[in-house]
Amino acid sequence: MTSSKPSISVVDLRKTYATRDGSIVSLDGVSFDIRPYEFVSVLGPSGSGKTTVLKIIAGLEAKTSGAVQVDGKDVVGPQRKIGIVFQVPALMRWRTALENVLLPSEVLGIDKAGARERGLDTLRLVGLAEFANKYPNELSGGMQQRVSIARALAHDPSILLLDEPFSALDMMTRNQLNLELLRIWSERKKTSMLITHSIPEAVFLSDRVVVLGPRPAKVLEIVEVGLPRPRTPEMRVSKEFVDIVDRIGRRIGLEYA
Amino acid sequence: MLRRGNIRQAVKVGATLLLLVLLWEAVCRLLNVAPFLLPAPSAIAQRFAEKPMLFWVHGWFTLYETFAGFIIAVAVGLVAAAAIVVIPSIRDVLMPILLIAQLVPKVAIAPILLVWFGYGVAPKIVIAFLVAFFPIVVNTANGLAAVERELLDLGRSLEASRWQTFWKFRMPSALPELFSGMKIAITLAVIGAIIGEFVGGDKGLGYLIIIANQELDTPLAFAALTVISVGGILLYVAIEGLERLVIPWAQPIQPAQAST
Repeated sequence: MTSSKPSISVVDLRKTYATRDGSIVSLDGVSFDIRPYEFVSVLGPSGSGKTTVLKIIAGLEAKTSGAVQVDGKDVVGPQRKIGIVFQVPALMRWRTALENVLLPSEVLGIDKAGARERGLDTLRLVGLAEFANKYPNELSGGMQQRVSIARALAHDPSILLLDEPFSALDMMTRNQLNLELLRIWSERKKTSMLITHSIPEAVFLSDRVVVLGPRPAKVLEIVEVGLPRPRTPEMRVSKEFVDIVDRIGRRIGLEYA
Repeated sequence: MLRRGNIRQAVKVGATLLLLVLLWEAVCRLLNVAPFLLPAPSAIAQRFAEKPMLFWVHGWFTLYETFAGFIIAVAVGLVAAAAIVVIPSIRDVLMPILLIAQLVPKVAIAPILLVWFGYGVAPKIVIAFLVAFFPIVVNTANGLAAVERELLDLGRSLEASRWQTFWKFRMPSALPELFSGMKIAITLAVIGAIIGEFVGGDKGLGYLIIIANQELDTPLAFAALTVISVGGILLYVAIEGLERLVIPWAQPIQPAQAST
């Protein structure tokens, strides 16, 4: 057992939505935690409430009951130690790549002088240094999502929340960006949580995978991915990798049977 | 910027207009149409050339009224749109008033406005404003409300203030809609100013048309109409140019040729 306290801790989290036809239970007692610098994926089928978990941790949505803590403190609202990457790039069309990356520092009012240097640095990290002055409509979808990753990192949060960031991209771009994300994560150690519905993506990137069942979401299993780091593309075809993917697939499949 | 596509487009538009004018001229001459019924383009041009200063002087008045009404419409429209979006409870109060102001026939209330604001330039500006501001309110409010949900989530996650949310997130994203509203508004403002001049006054291109009609000087009326049309087109093109200057990022561009 490591002695370090978890960065993120979620205990018996419940979320119920009131609708015209009564209430709908979205999260039905979800518990897991994420240790500092760990990479954890929350995996679940579409509509399983994965994104709700992320939004509650980010302080963007209220929980119905349960406990959610970040660095040992109850989440009561958004906090600057968290950086978020959304499902869509959500870039400002009127700002260049660099200006988009600088937005968080600007809104938070931190270190105007050093911000530009840090912004360029972060763009370099995601491989877009030479596109700093391009507008979003001049960038491909994959490049736009890289800018949004740089934007999430630019004000140096300690936690990175990723909400299905690659789900709108084609398979080749997606695999490429998975590798990029691992490289970025190893260069800027962040506690990371990835929401995804792709089993291979979750296994390839994570230390552990939290497997959610269909709505109302419960944790079916928390899978320890034993693969060594750094991860390489070749691992995707290794027996170990395929076995874990297969096991998770069967586990989720059982819930629908 | 003059690109090849632009030049080709200009040639096409010019050729079409020229063809129409020639056709018109031909019909008038071949059928011997009386000038007071339908003057030939040459007759209109001749009427214009006789007293160019007349059109210049009256044109300036109409332009002034149009532009003043338009500017006030943009200012009032922006504030109204911002109020509707930022303070949702205002919407129910403001929208009925805006709708009524839009629906009241301006020709019908023009004489009343004359009584209220006098014989001079003021009632014309008021009418130009009244017909122009609605598209600005509606378009801008739509633009302000249509910010991406994720972008607003980002703002919330950064604890952006109301002020920051409006100026950094909402306003810039609404600029394309504001400009669409302005393009509609400027053409309507011209019509508003002319309506005002029709009802009363002794200046402006609208007044000139009234006088021309009374004297059955149809070539004069058509010459004034031509000046109004050309002026309106120039105003529209000016707004379009401003749009390209202010929001170059809203123009469609081919994505960079690069790998992801």
